[in-house]
Amino acid sequence: MKSKAWIAGLVAPVMIAMLLLAGSPSLSANDQPSAANAEVKIDNFSFGPQTLAVPVGTTVTWTNRDDIPHTVVSTDGVFKSRVQDTDEKFSYTFTKAGIYPYFCSVHPKMTGKIVVQ
Amino acid sequence: MTNKKQDLVDQNLQDLNNDGVDRRGFLKCMAWAGTGLVWTLSGGIPVSQAFAKGHGQDGGKAGNFSFVQISDSHIGFNKPANPDVTATLQTAINKVNALPHKPDFIIHTGDLTQLSKPSEFDTLDQALKGAKAKQIYFVPGEHDMLSDNGEQYLQRFGKGTKGSGWYSFDHKGVHFVGLVNVANLKAGGMGSLGHEQLEWLEGDLKARSASTPIVLFAHIPLWTVYPEWGWGTDDSEQALSYVKRFGSVTVLNGHIHQIMQKVEGKVSFHTAMSTAFPQPAPGTAPSAGPMKVPADQLQKVLGITDVNYRVSGSSLAIVDSRLGDSGSSASGSESDPAINNSYIR
Repeated sequence: MKSKAWIAGLVAPVMIAMLLLAGSPSLSANDQPSAANAEVKIDNFSFGPQTLAVPVGTTVTWTNRDDIPHTVVSTDGVFKSRVQDTDEKFSYTFTKAGIYPYFCSVHPKMTGKIVVQ
Repeated sequence: MTNKKQDLVDQNLQDLNNDGVDRRGFLKCMAWAGTGLVWTLSGGIPVSQAFAKGHGQDGGKAGNFSFVQISDSHIGFNKPANPDVTATLQTAINKVNALPHKPDFIIHTGDLTQLSKPSEFDTLDQALKGAKAKQIYFVPGEHDMLSDNGEQYLQRFGKGTKGSGWYSFDHKGVHFVGLVNVANLKAGGMGSLGHEQLEWLEGDLKARSASTPIVLFAHIPLWTVYPEWGWGTDDSEQALSYVKRFGSVTVLNGHIHQIMQKVEGKVSFHTAMSTAFPQPAPGTAPSAGPMKVPADQLQKVLGITDVNYRVSGSSLAIVDSRLGDSGSSASGSESDPAINNSYIR
């Protein structure tokens, strides 16, 4: 167990470095199997959960359960859905670690965040 | 005492000091909301007025005129809150056409459509062709700019406008300004006019004399109704600073699907009902989503706004009337100097 903790001690700084270097594709290429899925539900003009942490490679799917159309738009321009009417879904696969804030461009008070690690 | 006449009288009587929040008045108003509101421009001061009363007498005087505001038609919406928004728009148009005085024009304050679809714009266009008004002016709502940054809206309803669709025009001595506060919205914010439009507005107003009555109209309220739901415009203070020197300013908005009004100095703010579905009063529901009411109540929470301008006494009188009203039973006082129902937080 001791040696595992020692390895973790080495891995952690590497992970942090990867987070910092999230723009570089070569670092995140082979560390996740990419089969993971996660969901964000849009209810009552809010994203739930508002902050979602997922491993690299995860496909996140947003479902609009309101009677009013919404959008899912990355604040930094990384992804942008078309307008989503009731029960419509938008998916995006996060291949790089990082923090991805987003909002509904129709109702900008609606904000959320995907933390990819 | 339980009829809408009494409600209207109550509303006119309450909070005459214009001294702020009046919860009782607010609730009254919500009960009353749905009656069409006729604004009559009278001496630059908006005067509330019975829908069916008094318009005929001096309507023919030179310079007097009226116009109608309709809003939030949401053509394409088909959820339980109103499965047939085209029919209720038609009812609203019938109501406009049945007014005792013919409005010079109609202003639509946005959310023409639900999803900015060409077919939705078509339906709205067709329906409005049946309105007996020489001209219809538009400003876009956020629902009209969903798919193409408003390109389609601009081509069909915003020809000759500037930027994302703003413009001004003069009518019989009154200066009207249509503003767009639904474009390029920023994460976490509310409505926004943006620097370019504000600069244009400042220049547009500069040339007007302070005695010119000003009417500003835009989709999202130009005053902060309820920031938690985004019911306000982040940079509206800047816009309102440009109208401070004018003796009469009326601000007409939509977006919140209910009547709200307040008077701040010489500026009167008013929001119109939707022709499609009601939305809850601020903070009374988990969100601002469409409010379901029993089918037989729907027409009591939808309506139109009629605005009358009178040169003598130069005032704007505003009367909201709900679709479900016959138009003959509503009554109210014409003598109150202004709508003083300042029931907003």
